[in-house]
Amino acid sequence: MSPIFYLLAAITVAGGLATVLLKNLVHCALAVTIAFLGLALLFLSLDAQFAGFVQILVYIGAVAILVVFAILLTREAEVPESSPAGRVFSKTWLTGLVIAAAVFAMLGWAVLQSAQALPNETAMPAVSVRDIGNALVGRYVLPLEIVALLLTAATIGAVIVAMHEKEAK
Amino acid sequence: MGICDLLWLIPAIPIVASGIIALLKQPRRKPAAALAIGSLSISLLLSLWAFAHVLAGWTNHMAVRETFNFTWMQVGAASVQLGWILDPLAAIMLVMVSLVGLLIFIYSVGYMEHDENFTRFFCFLSLFAGAMLGVVISNSILLLFMCWEIVGLTSYLLIGFWYHKPSAAAAAKKAFITTRVGDVFFLLGIVWLFAQTGTLLFYNYGAGSLEALALTNMLAQHAALGLTFAGAIGLLIFCGAAGKSGQLPLHVWLPDAMEGPTPVSALIHAATMVAAGVYLIARVYPLMSAGIQPGGTTTALVVVTWVGSLTAVFAALIAVAQNDIKRILAYSTVSQLGYMMAGLGLGGVAIGMFHLITHAFFKALLFLGAGSVIHGAHEEQDVRKMGGLKSAMPLTFATYAVGMLALCGVPIFFSGFWSKDAILESAHGWPLSRAPYYLLIFGAVLTAFYMTRQVSYAFFGKWRGHGHAHESPRVMTMPLGILAFFAIALGAIGTPAWPWFRAFLGNHAADIDLHAFAEPAWLMLLASSFVIVTVGIGVGWWLYGNKSPAAEEPDALEKAAPVLWTGLSNRLYVDEFYGATFIAFYYWWARVTDFIDRRVWGGIVAGVAWLFGLWARFNQFFDNDWINGGFDKGCEEMANSGGLLARAQNGRVQIYLRILAVGMIALVAILLWSARP
Amino acid sequence: MTPLAAYLMVAALLFAIGLAGALTRRNAILVLIGIELMLNAANLNLIAFWRYGPHPELLTGMMFAIFSIAVAAAEAAVGLGLVISIYRHARTTDLEQMNRMKG
Repeated sequence: MSPIFYLLAAITVAGGLATVLLKNLVHCALAVTIAFLGLALLFLSLDAQFAGFVQILVYIGAVAILVVFAILLTREAEVPESSPAGRVFSKTWLTGLVIAAAVFAMLGWAVLQSAQALPNETAMPAVSVRDIGNALVGRYVLPLEIVALLLTAATIGAVIVAMHEKEAK
Repeated sequence: MGICDLLWLIPAIPIVASGIIALLKQPRRKPAAALAIGSLSISLLLSLWAFAHVLAGWTNHMAVRETFNFTWMQVGAASVQLGWILDPLAAIMLVMVSLVGLLIFIYSVGYMEHDENFTRFFCFLSLFAGAMLGVVISNSILLLFMCWEIVGLTSYLLIGFWYHKPSAAAAAKKAFITTRVGDVFFLLGIVWLFAQTGTLLFYNYGAGSLEALALTNMLAQHAALGLTFAGAIGLLIFCGAAGKSGQLPLHVWLPDAMEGPTPVSALIHAATMVAAGVYLIARVYPLMSAGIQPGGTTTALVVVTWVGSLTAVFAALIAVAQNDIKRILAYSTVSQLGYMMAGLGLGGVAIGMFHLITHAFFKALLFLGAGSVIHGAHEEQDVRKMGGLKSAMPLTFATYAVGMLALCGVPIFFSGFWSKDAILESAHGWPLSRAPYYLLIFGAVLTAFYMTRQVSYAFFGKWRGHGHAHESPRVMTMPLGILAFFAIALGAIGTPAWPWFRAFLGNHAADIDLHAFAEPAWLMLLASSFVIVTVGIGVGWWLYGNKSPAAEEPDALEKAAPVLWTGLSNRLYVDEFYGATFIAFYYWWARVTDFIDRRVWGGIVAGVAWLFGLWARFNQFFDNDWINGGFDKGCEEMANSGGLLARAQNGRVQIYLRILAVGMIALVAILLWSARP
Repeated sequence: MTPLAAYLMVAALLFAIGLAGALTRRNAILVLIGIELMLNAANLNLIAFWRYGPHPELLTGMMFAIFSIAVAAAEAAVGLGLVISIYRHARTTDLEQMNRMKG
């Protein structure tokens, strides 16, 4: 395993852990951004350049910003940091941890069990953006259209949901 | 079409007329009377035709016995047969019943004129006439019994004609029940006869129950008390006759039957229905006399004789002390019925039947005359409140006198003498004992005595009643005249010089032989009758003639022998005896059965009902508490568990997520586990 | 050459961390962030398998991952919009206090 991989993996995992463990919400948002970045770099190391850049564009450039906006708009609840009622983790956080650990254990076990059966790295044929474009409007045109529809619906929905309600007279 | 085939019309026409009258409304009197009288006239004409037919046969020295039998229904192997018969006995009876009946019907038109139930009266009278004629012609003992019962029914209906009078209703009930007692034995006799002979018919070309084959069969077998089967069956039938004809233990209903209107008393309880019993014995005489040796007699006939003789005297004694004009005549009827039965037992069918025929006419005459007297004396029935009616009602007096003399048996001119004399003659010659003879003579003396008493109270002396007595209308006195004529004329056919009646019934020739009058036996009989009548009438006239004691004064005889008088006027306490024994027992028995019915059976029923109630309550408890309660509890638990399960829906998203995750882990674990190599 | 298993382990780890975050944090936004992490881990899995799979030239894995990113973005938008809307009503983003749907 190359050191690049280790570094990228470390960044990603650290970012993820920080997201989950930090008290300050904005710190969490920043940490998740770092995690997204780590993932984008991992994509790049996997020769999925387009996916990597899309990841940076969409996730870091849109989702993270959105998250920060949401945090900022719901700030009042977070202001008193040392309030006794404001515990960061839910009442039964240990159960959640156990469950997550169990999931990881299961997934890890599955992976390790089948480590020998997994294919090895092969030579990667050159994939250009043109091929991706062709594939999008060729083979994957239906999912493309559906996703377009979905995005439209999501946009409209988000707008309506977050709209200010009219004051009842 | 011979008369025998049409014989059924004779009873059928009056019955049909009765049915039509039943549908008429009460005010329609003329149609009712016309129907009744018309139908009985037709029956009379047909009866005369039948009589002429039989007479023609007799004149040609042919025994006439024509039958017409048919099967009514088949019951398995046995068949119920009915039929009618035309022989001299039936022919004579037909004529008598229809003639006397017709005269009384005509009389009733006048007598019942003021009664509002005129139509109902004629309906019942017609029904009675039809049924009585049915009894006369019947050749099947079952048909006879059916008509017998209808006759009993109409008697009940007519005795209780004025049913709002409690005494009339009670008398009707008494008549029906008393005759029923006799009829039970009669029915037993019928059943036994059918079982023994296998047929219900009397005469059936050799196969009938009164014909030689059957009789020898029955003679061969012996029942208890030295009786053969024939005798035993005969005695059972005699019980029925004893009930209907008022013989000694079952006579109690006849005097009470005087509660009915006088024409009813005349027709039913003097001339015809009570004679039905005598006719029945005459009809089954071959059964009663089966095995008789010449100069001997059978046990059955002995019983009949004794019962008859005792009845004759018993009733005559009681008649002496009665004060109601109709009651005297009623007891006289019982007494004369005793004579008829004794005549049957002592001398045979002809002797008994002759007295029956003559008695029918003069007793009907006496009753109708009594009715006329009651009518003229403004509904007064006590003889002590009458008197001097011979000048006020001459026609009635004349005819009544004829009837009275006939009843007393005054010699030569009156038919009663000839018939009674024949009986006395047979009694005299009875092989077993002289006692019936003496009893019958004593009875004759008493008859003359009480009739004289009655006639002198009613017609002689001075008028003790209220208002003025007046003669009855023509429609009532005309039948009296006709009957009086017959009361005299009928004697001619029974004299020893020309024993036509005996010959007619016995199917042998009858020659006029005036020398029979000169026979010493007969002359002695004539003398003794003369003595009897003189003694009776003489003593009666001496005690009562032309004197008119006031009603409240005690009777002359009462003054002489008060204890005897009390006993006689209380009818020798027979009714009281019955009341104390049979009736009392019956009431006790009724109470016992009522107790059993109400307490025992009712208790059982109530117990079963209580058990059912218990079961119902248990079911209700089971249904309510267990089933309903169980169901309710179940639903409650479900709601509770629903509540419990609802706790999983706590609205907390992270809990949902956790559950999702756990579920996912489980699924994947299963998948991986199952995908092991 | 890093084996595929390594990438898969990283993805699994990231997934578990995202799940832990979603299950334990009280803030609604952090739950959504956790979900985003999980989605990303899945994307990593997809890309890794695409890379090491038999026919990378078919671009199946990458397409899948791209569509997944698009959908995840849409979902994040709607979800955060919901959180904001709820915040306007309840004045809080605390999940513990949002149990009005409880049965």
